Amino acid sequence: MNLALRDIRHRLGRFVLTCVGLALLLGVVLSMIGIYRGIVADALQLVRLADADLWVVEGGTQGPFAESSRIPKDTRETVARLQGVAEAGVLTFQTAEASHGPRKIRLYVVGYEIGRLGGPAQLLAGRAIARSHYEMVVDVRSGIPLGARVRLGAKDFTVVGLTQGRVDSGGNPVAYLTLKDAQELQFELEAAAARNQAARGLEANLNQVNAVVARLHPGVAAESVAATVRRWKHLGAVTQQEQENLLVSSVVDRARKQIGMFTATLLLVSAVVIALIIYTMTMDKMREIATLKLIGAPDRTIVGLIVQQSLALGGIGFALGAALIFLGADFFPRRVILLPGDAAALGAVVIAVCLLASLMGVRYALKIDPAQALGG
Amino acid sequence: MEALVQLRGLAKHYGEGTTRVDALRGLDLDIHAGQVVGLLGPSGSGKSTLLNLVGAIVEPSAGWMRLDDEVVYDGKWTRRDLRRLRLEKIGFIFQFHNLIPFLSVSENVEVVLDLVGQGRPQAQARARELLDYLEVGEHADRRPSQLSGGQAQRVAIARALANRPRIILADEPTAALDSERAGIVMDLLRKVAVEQSAAVIVVTHDEKIFDRFDAMHVLRDGRLTA
Repeated sequence: MNLALRDIRHRLGRFVLTCVGLALLLGVVLSMIGIYRGIVADALQLVRLADADLWVVEGGTQGPFAESSRIPKDTRETVARLQGVAEAGVLTFQTAEASHGPRKIRLYVVGYEIGRLGGPAQLLAGRAIARSHYEMVVDVRSGIPLGARVRLGAKDFTVVGLTQGRVDSGGNPVAYLTLKDAQELQFELEAAAARNQAARGLEANLNQVNAVVARLHPGVAAESVAATVRRWKHLGAVTQQEQENLLVSSVVDRARKQIGMFTATLLLVSAVVIALIIYTMTMDKMREIATLKLIGAPDRTIVGLIVQQSLALGGIGFALGAALIFLGADFFPRRVILLPGDAAALGAVVIAVCLLASLMGVRYALKIDPAQALGG
Repeated sequence: MEALVQLRGLAKHYGEGTTRVDALRGLDLDIHAGQVVGLLGPSGSGKSTLLNLVGAIVEPSAGWMRLDDEVVYDGKWTRRDLRRLRLEKIGFIFQFHNLIPFLSVSENVEVVLDLVGQGRPQAQARARELLDYLEVGEHADRRPSQLSGGQAQRVAIARALANRPRIILADEPTAALDSERAGIVMDLLRKVAVEQSAAVIVVTHDEKIFDRFDAMHVLRDGRLTA
């Protein structure tokens, strides 16, 4: 006879409400993990979008994602001539605010040379940029439709193509411009500022890019080409794998720690909530437990009653929470990636937490004197 | 005829030195199968302690008890042995029936049989038989909260009888009942004692049932005075 199940059925309303509360708590834990996975995936996607084997950046820096990097545009020709390099392209990166009608949209702008490495590989709709000015390919997450006119800086751009799933580590949609447009956007000054600079004998340097990307011939070791580049001192070189590691460790690391702390805190809160609920439920059953002990129920029956209820609470709470987050993941403003492995790991943690949390109730129950069942 | 329950030199004290309280002082008592025995006494006289000792809930400081063919409290009994003794040979009836609220009436009886490892069909059949015997069979699927006081007490008696115990300990079983229902409960206990050859010990203050006992024992300051 399963006493735990019968007790749950007897107090179903209270049990279900508790499960729903716990489900929301565990749902938040799972969404935290999903958001972290999303940040990592977005960040890696950004670095993978160039489809390169090698990143050539400013000497002494770690590349355009971890810190500022500016190198001359003609570095591309130098890199392209290196042994083992199949093709090379130049890229600029910047965050800019675009206007689409009354809407302000934050975009991560990537400038590339048409026909060279670094442009959008796959389009969801429309075409690639064909003209050297004022055309844009943007990610659908921006909400900007094909053919729309978008104001960026002092110029208007027409959206000619759409990508899908291209966002930066901050969740901003990626917009592709031609290198020339992107350089002007990044380095060209407003009229008044330009006049001021001209009066000082300075002018905007439009001959700079943030990185040169290179694809190598099959079988060529990226590290050996990188070592060749590094010998020039004024340039730095990072392989694709190093770039990915760098991005995860430097850019995403703080988010990982923050979310890790938050997840641990929420798990602790869940443990305390489960422990308190189970303890209260056990206290409520003090007379019944004393009666069961008096009529000869062994300790394992009493422990089973409490532990099974604790596991049911955690299990149902976790299942509800997971279902809630799996169904609602697309409604989050940022990408939430839920991996079955993460859900399974959290499920295991929840079971461990439930077992731990039930200890207080078990200890209380085992100390109940069967004689308490006698008398008024 | 040998007594079903024999108590010899049974004593129990709590605390030591200046805080020592002697709850029972060397008590001897014989109770035979089929007997319904009343245990009376003022508060603090040792009734509850005696009930706890006979019910194998607490161990005595001195003395021993023979129950059926087993000598209990000979220094070799573990907590587990006492639990088994309670499960197999002792039935308890409480003042407030102590039915488990999350079990149905039938399950309240079945739970005892489940604890000794009986299969569900046999347990259900035995519960049905007992509930019918005590004339509450039609309430088998109800919750205890849906029963009257008298009905609940009958279910409690059914639970106490489930394992065919040799001794039934009843703690104020009629205190919450009116005279008519109290009489019915005592008749039932008598019937059980005779038909199942069990001994029934009733702790009570209830004067309306004083004439229902085969023997009445009065406890005062931990000693039997009558």
